[in-house]
Amino acid sequence: MADTITMQVTRYRPEDEAQPSVQEYEVPCPRDWVVLDGLNYVKDRLDGTLSYRWSCRMGICGSCGMTVNGEPKLTCATFLADYAPGPIRVEPLHNFPIIRDLVIEMGDFMRKLVRVKPWIVRDAEKPLGDGEYLQTPQELDEYRQFSMCINCMLCYAACPIYGLDPKFIGPAAIAIAQRYNLDSRDEGGPERLELLSEHEGIWGCTFVGECTVVCPKHVDPAGAIQRYKLTAALDSVRSLIMPRSAP
Amino acid sequence: MSDGSSHGYTPYHPRWFRPPLSTYWWLRRRSYLAFILREVSSIFVAWFVVYLLLLIRAASRGEGTYQQFLTWAAQPAVQLLNVITLAFIVFHAITWFNLAPQAMVVHVRGRRLPARAITAANYAAWIVASLGIGWLVLGASR
Repeated sequence: MADTITMQVTRYRPEDEAQPSVQEYEVPCPRDWVVLDGLNYVKDRLDGTLSYRWSCRMGICGSCGMTVNGEPKLTCATFLADYAPGPIRVEPLHNFPIIRDLVIEMGDFMRKLVRVKPWIVRDAEKPLGDGEYLQTPQELDEYRQFSMCINCMLCYAACPIYGLDPKFIGPAAIAIAQRYNLDSRDEGGPERLELLSEHEGIWGCTFVGECTVVCPKHVDPAGAIQRYKLTAALDSVRSLIMPRSAP
Repeated sequence: MSDGSSHGYTPYHPRWFRPPLSTYWWLRRRSYLAFILREVSSIFVAWFVVYLLLLIRAASRGEGTYQQFLTWAAQPAVQLLNVITLAFIVFHAITWFNLAPQAMVVHVRGRRLPARAITAANYAAWIVASLGIGWLVLGASR
């Protein structure tokens, strides 16, 4: 195996450049180095001007998502040696505006996330004296998968619908909405359904399915959206047949 | 220092670069291409519906019209179209059957059915329906 690998990294310096360019760096390639280690080596030893986001280095914080050889990846979980002999191409996540180098603008996702009310909504809180809200393991299993989302936005980078129509609320926000809808303690389903039944909500999704493929936490946002469509469709039929029972 | 804008922390808001999405984005990945082909297959599904309606109309108008329909349907161009349509219909069915477990969550006696069981049930229903139609067509022609 080669001792080094060439990293072709996207650079964008808005004060100097009208559009991004590519800069090559030669970095060591030991078996246990991930792409993020390579970027840190560049930053520490070769070029301190390179900008990128990272934090935990262990697939929890969701900060270091980038496009590696065309695929959205967490760079802390993507080994350099898997791309040997290289070169390995590192770009910012697709479908987002680029602020600088590998740093994307994530405000759009953050605003959408809040809109789906990603917290437990109760019509009325029960008194503290009545104790905690209990849940069986089966009830936990209903939403557990969707609670694994780390907001890394790889699913948005893989979703061509979001690329074509940035108004689409997107895979992670819908999966997180579903995480709370399926929680036995939550009562916010109707409020979220109102928001997500819009065209830019669940119906914007055409089931490309790549969000699920690239998800590093096996959340299956595509599955969440399709299940949500079924719920919304049944809700519409129910309100058509029994208009008075509609919320 | 804030300039009071939504961008807040700096008066010199950086000039974002918005990469354009290529018209040919669907050629970038095999899965995107498969998705586009699945979407296109809907046109062929619609064609088979129209073809079936034309067949029923011809059959209901008597022997002469039905024979005319058969002569028209036997033309190489129509046959070629129907062969392509069949290929797209099979692609349509298989890709949707494989995606079905993601959309369908079925519980039996409190336990969630595995994805394979749902896919298998779809294929089984497809085979039973095909055998039923085959029996109907072949049985009627004897």
